[in-house]
Amino acid sequence: MKKWIFISLLLFVSLSFTQVLQRFPKPDFQSGYERPVMQTPAPRSLVLEYLDVGVLLLVLSLTTYFAHRRRSRRLIFTMMIFSIAYFGFFRKGCICPVGSVQNVVYSFFNADYVIPLTVVLFFLLPLIFTLFFGRTFCAAVCPLGAVQDVVVVKPLSLPKWLSSVLSLFPFIYLGFAVLFASVGAGFIICRYDPFVGFFRLSGSFNMIFLGGFLLLLGTIVARPYCRFLCPYGVLLNWFSRLSRRHVRITPSVCINCRLCEASCPFDAIHKPTTAEIPEDKIVLVRRIILICILLPLMMVSSGWMISRLYVPLASVHPVVSLAEEIKLEDSGLRTEVSDATQAFRAAGKSTADLFAEAHAVQQKVKTGGWILGGFLGLIFGFKLIRLTAYRRYSEYEIDQGDCLSCGRCFSYCPVDKNGQTIIRLNTEVT
Amino acid sequence: MMSPSRREFLKSGLGSTALLATGGVAGFISSRSGTGDMVWQLDPNICIQCEKCAVNCVLSESAVKCVHSYSMCGYCDLCSGYLEPGAKDRDTAAENQLCPTGAIKRTYIEDPYFEYIIDEKLCIGCGKCVKGCGAFGNGSLHLQVRHDRCVNCNECRIARSCPSQAFRRVPAETPYILRGEEGMRFVKQIPSLQK
Repeated sequence: MKKWIFISLLLFVSLSFTQVLQRFPKPDFQSGYERPVMQTPAPRSLVLEYLDVGVLLLVLSLTTYFAHRRRSRRLIFTMMIFSIAYFGFFRKGCICPVGSVQNVVYSFFNADYVIPLTVVLFFLLPLIFTLFFGRTFCAAVCPLGAVQDVVVVKPLSLPKWLSSVLSLFPFIYLGFAVLFASVGAGFIICRYDPFVGFFRLSGSFNMIFLGGFLLLLGTIVARPYCRFLCPYGVLLNWFSRLSRRHVRITPSVCINCRLCEASCPFDAIHKPTTAEIPEDKIVLVRRIILICILLPLMMVSSGWMISRLYVPLASVHPVVSLAEEIKLEDSGLRTEVSDATQAFRAAGKSTADLFAEAHAVQQKVKTGGWILGGFLGLIFGFKLIRLTAYRRYSEYEIDQGDCLSCGRCFSYCPVDKNGQTIIRLNTEVT
Repeated sequence: MMSPSRREFLKSGLGSTALLATGGVAGFISSRSGTGDMVWQLDPNICIQCEKCAVNCVLSESAVKCVHSYSMCGYCDLCSGYLEPGAKDRDTAAENQLCPTGAIKRTYIEDPYFEYIIDEKLCIGCGKCVKGCGAFGNGSLHLQVRHDRCVNCNECRIARSCPSQAFRRVPAETPYILRGEEGMRFVKQIPSLQK
């Protein structure tokens, strides 16, 4: 009953609304004219959205099977082409697991936002697979990764110091994406997605330029976006380190033959270390302790730095930028009015409310800046510890975090499943 | 061999923690998720016809187009959505038309009424006619995201550039916010009319 009262009230309100707008009366046609019907084409059906999740699951399973059981680069490559075609050109890049991070964060902080279940599944499925089997998602399911992987021509091995520095960027990117998504300032990962313009065959100049640049760079530095920018890769890297089973270079035992040494374009293969320890263990431990003492200091200082930037950071939020424009106009510093301020004033909303809302966003960014800075300081500290700590390897081993399970190294290994050394004449190289 | 086993122990412990954490996130997010999909739509009652829809869509031909609520149309001869202000004649001559692409088709029905139909293939979603219709007419012309064209980007580029913040995500079952009787098809959206 209540519902009906509500609906009839709504109808009344809306009808009276339309009557207010109606300056000219409804015509009274004599000729028997019938009004045309407005066409309202439906969005893509929900069944197809769930079909996408099914395809994701299928491609993930197949790639995992091809990488772990079949150990075939050729089959992984086939899946790559499929992913570029389906998730890239056919589905035009949205929704993708990389961007879904922001939807998840946004729904965490905004109870009003109803996150579609398909998006949740797109976020979770690759993570769960990675936790069990390593980054097979990166290998051939992610269209962004696949499109870079097919252009790798002559990959250079980057010096350790460079790749260590560059690998900090994904953390920074992820941190800011989470910060902006949590306060509702927008989804920057999607905004600066470099390859989606190719998939849609249209895009802004900046997008196409950045994508083109990364693909060109990708011919000599393999998968630059995946390794040095991808924010989702941070999570996958962590999860892959903990994965239950991960692909290995050799199907049975490593004989340290050095054949696979240069096979990885991502520098994700650890060489066996020499027997002697390069420096005194006491010195090493002391240095690690020093970093651990400095760690809180780094966290607090970077937290302080980022939170100090709350004004420019918060102005990414549309409400804050609108409030800033209104303030500028009210103070007389700017004479011409923008569309946004005009629309705001025409809507007759109070500036006090707007300023209060903008202030609230700024405070959130300030708090978020402390957390983000703390997180980045922690990551920076851990990176230093990892560079300091000396880990010994007795054989050629895959770095589980950095390995993208692309399958390039498999065919280099001359050992078969039973531990027999075989010499292959035509090595499969892609 | 103390250290490998310690490594293994830590790894499996952290792995289980990660699995549990993922499960926790999944549980929490699922409580906030809906089985339906969300799509972008613009609220014609907030729209100010700034013409940004025509150029800011990621598609080179915008997904936003003009729609016509015939139930609200006055079928005027002097249509302020069709004719250029101060047009010399009330006819279909190009110089008299407000629409830059000539996407509105004007047909005589009976004295003194004319029918106006949008040719979606030609419409670029600039909203010039919407502005004209809203200023002096009944406001039956308005802009909408057409879902046969929209690719439903995770972050809509038009929404980001919309100066009046008229864009929002709406449930895919009620994907249009229409004026007039046409809007009754999507009753759930009616509360927006109260604004």
